[in-house]
Amino acid sequence: MTDVAEQTIEEAHDDDHGDHHDDDHGHHSSLGLSNMKLAMWLFLGSECLLFGALISSYLILKTRFITELLAGNPDVIAGIDNPGLVQEFIAEGSVEPLWDIPFTSLSSFILLMSSLCMVLAHKATEERDYKNQRIWLATTAILGSTFIGGQIYEFSTFFEEGLTFNGSIFGSAFYTLTGFHGVHVTGGIIMLMSLLFLSLRGKLQSDRAETVELVGLYWHFVDVVWVLIFTIVYLIP
Amino acid sequence: MAIIEEPLALPSGDEGIASNPLGVFSRPREATGLKDWLTTVDHKKIGIMYGMAAMFFLLIGGAAALAIRVQLATPNSNFLSADQYNRIFTMHGTVMVFLVVMPIGAAFANFLMPLQVGARDVAFPRINAFSFWVFFFGGVMLNTSWFLGGGANGGWFNYAPNNGIVYSPSTGIDFWNVGLLIAGIGSLTGAINLITTVINMRAPGMSLMKMPVFVWMTLVTQFLLLFAIPVLTVAQVLLLMDRVFDANFFNVQQGSDPLLWQHLFWIFGHPEVYLMILPAFGIISEVIPTFARKPIFGYPFMVFSGIAIGFLGWGVWAHHMFVSGLGPLSVAAFSFATMFIAVPTGVKILNWIATLWGGKLTLNTAMLFSIGLVIQFTIGGLSGVSHAIAPSDTQQTDTYYIVAHFHYVLFGGALFGFMAGFYFWWPKAFGYKMSEKMGLWNFWLMVIGFNLTFGPMHILGLQGMPRRMQTYDEAMGFTFWNFIATIGSFILAVGTLLVLVNALVSHRRWKAEGRPDVGPDPWDGRTIEWSIQSPAPEHNFDIDPEVSVLDDWWHRKYAEDEDGRVRRVAQAEDLAQPGNGEGVHLPAPSYWPILLAFSLPIIGYGLIYSLWLTLPGGFLLVAAMYGWSLEPADDLDIPHDHGHGHDDHEPVGAGA
Repeated sequence: MTDVAEQTIEEAHDDDHGDHHDDDHGHHSSLGLSNMKLAMWLFLGSECLLFGALISSYLILKTRFITELLAGNPDVIAGIDNPGLVQEFIAEGSVEPLWDIPFTSLSSFILLMSSLCMVLAHKATEERDYKNQRIWLATTAILGSTFIGGQIYEFSTFFEEGLTFNGSIFGSAFYTLTGFHGVHVTGGIIMLMSLLFLSLRGKLQSDRAETVELVGLYWHFVDVVWVLIFTIVYLIP
Repeated sequence: MAIIEEPLALPSGDEGIASNPLGVFSRPREATGLKDWLTTVDHKKIGIMYGMAAMFFLLIGGAAALAIRVQLATPNSNFLSADQYNRIFTMHGTVMVFLVVMPIGAAFANFLMPLQVGARDVAFPRINAFSFWVFFFGGVMLNTSWFLGGGANGGWFNYAPNNGIVYSPSTGIDFWNVGLLIAGIGSLTGAINLITTVINMRAPGMSLMKMPVFVWMTLVTQFLLLFAIPVLTVAQVLLLMDRVFDANFFNVQQGSDPLLWQHLFWIFGHPEVYLMILPAFGIISEVIPTFARKPIFGYPFMVFSGIAIGFLGWGVWAHHMFVSGLGPLSVAAFSFATMFIAVPTGVKILNWIATLWGGKLTLNTAMLFSIGLVIQFTIGGLSGVSHAIAPSDTQQTDTYYIVAHFHYVLFGGALFGFMAGFYFWWPKAFGYKMSEKMGLWNFWLMVIGFNLTFGPMHILGLQGMPRRMQTYDEAMGFTFWNFIATIGSFILAVGTLLVLVNALVSHRRWKAEGRPDVGPDPWDGRTIEWSIQSPAPEHNFDIDPEVSVLDDWWHRKYAEDEDGRVRRVAQAEDLAQPGNGEGVHLPAPSYWPILLAFSLPIIGYGLIYSLWLTLPGGFLLVAAMYGWSLEPADDLDIPHDHGHGHDDHEPVGAGA
């Protein structure tokens, strides 16, 4: 068979094939990172685009909202159920009068502290310290729930002040963005509770530290997103 | 610190005995029959199901296309009412993009990629099954809108504010919205799964630059999906909020900017067109070297141009929106980017031609379809790069010129590439070759039909015939070319159907003649999927293949002799793995993927008809998630000996 057209033959590398050991049910990892962890990072990468698109939409719609308010669009003015608030918005040229920065700062702080507890839960799992593992898992979940409680309180306050979901583009965008984040936190809390339940059944031992780490990755991501949302939505004028 | 005194769990985290998860199901055992297909986690079966589902949807989308062509065949036609016409062209586009081209790409990625990287399965077999079922249920739900008040009617991109409840009060757009949201979940989980597989589960020795081009293109495609799908999801969630919960995202009266939808849609939409074509590029990059009997020309350029397309694809979306008044700076930037993305695409075309150049060509059906792709995609690419010239694009926007352009890249490009892939890998999937004679009919009818249908649309577009026009007057001068296009479309339909006929007839003939399976390597292939038996055994590889060079399988068969000439040194039959799965541990099938997937359309119908229905759907969702998570990793009844791995086997054909 010499009729093969030009074909480069590379020397086969005959070294270091024996180094690959299959330690886990015949799966080896080319990257050295477990499949689950890689998948979680990929998922979080995808989530970045989800929140990126939501935050961009919020920024565009908030700007449009202020522009239309200042231009005196009657439909937009009527969209806020509180003439006093509208006047404040127009006077300030922004939606800042609505925010209660100290309160939201506190709930942000609580959420960030929950990340610390999550780290401690993971550390305790690795150290086979299952008592502290449960304590920190529970604390993380409780702090997360406190944050959600704060968000519910904040939503109901804003609603009473006249910002409804379907009254204005600003309301729709604000509640959807922060609501999406809240749903993510709630999902995280459910995962934490499930971990706690597994731990109480004795099924979350140090060999499963990675499961805790994965939930931790998700939890930290959700916290980081909140840092962005808090900065972009509440702090930057 | 006190350590809780409890019996240690097994390393897998299971109780000692396989328990029924939540006391509901034990893991299914069937290896054949309906139940097997419903519960399988085998990437090859899932790939085949993707392909079959896509073919089913192709019949729907194709019927819609023919209805459009019949309506446009003659001037002032009343075959379809304007409303029916709107729904049919919208559903045609949506079905073809989301339920035909994308899933065929997924079919190849699922079936082929694990075989090409030397893996037993994908990284997460159950998630793989879930991805398929979610796509399938989402697609079926979208298509039930035909019977429930008619399909969506705003074009496949459903621009705001026309997609709002005020202008589109029927439920068609809700089905479009929710159906695609659901299918998008499947694309996302599929992307995560396949990327993990490529990155983490390659055979020993297969470094990234030794991966087949198809695997590279799959990787780029899945990254595009990973980042594009969430943007579409956001756009559709905002629309869902508007339509179902009365929000104001696209409410112009409240000061919203409908361009928000266009931006979100096309930020998704342009990567989308590349993720439709790149799998086909990958396929012909395997077919052409095999039948030119040469290695792919400029492999690194092939890889990096694919990656470059993946990156640049994110910076060109606004060329869909030049007429929306973006301002000169944006138009200039996006024009420039659009011209720039033609460069890596041109590199690929050059590389295929250079691979063909001087090769010993075998012009069989797979090869012809590949060459068809190269030529027709070049035509589509040339009309595409003309959109970079904004003034010209302004003239062409919303004319048949655009319709001609994207059919040349997506039908003449992507679908021709998939056809090449069907003919090429059919033996690996099913153990028999499709008839070459009928394949030639298949190819030539498709080429003739395709160019008759879409070639004239360039002329119609330049004459000014608007896209989405229900009918036209004879005085407009569109009659002749429209009639030609309609004739072409029927030839094209017959040609396309021939692939299904060929598959069935060839199978019957193969069986009637009592011929054996084609053997591991019917085409004298280059990559390691040809080193296993055909059809591929359930466990893929008896032992982990070891890869030392690009086109490793070819190099095991051929080597240089003393004179420096390339000679065959071994027969494929001797080198191939015999297909002995003894000692191989495979993931068990599971009920949970299909159950979890099934909960989503229930919630979807709930969003459209009655929010109460979301309750049982949500309950099923949560229950299935827990059932899934708590399902034992494996059926422990099956002996599962840890110490005995495939490393114990003597490698077959190693060192050739």
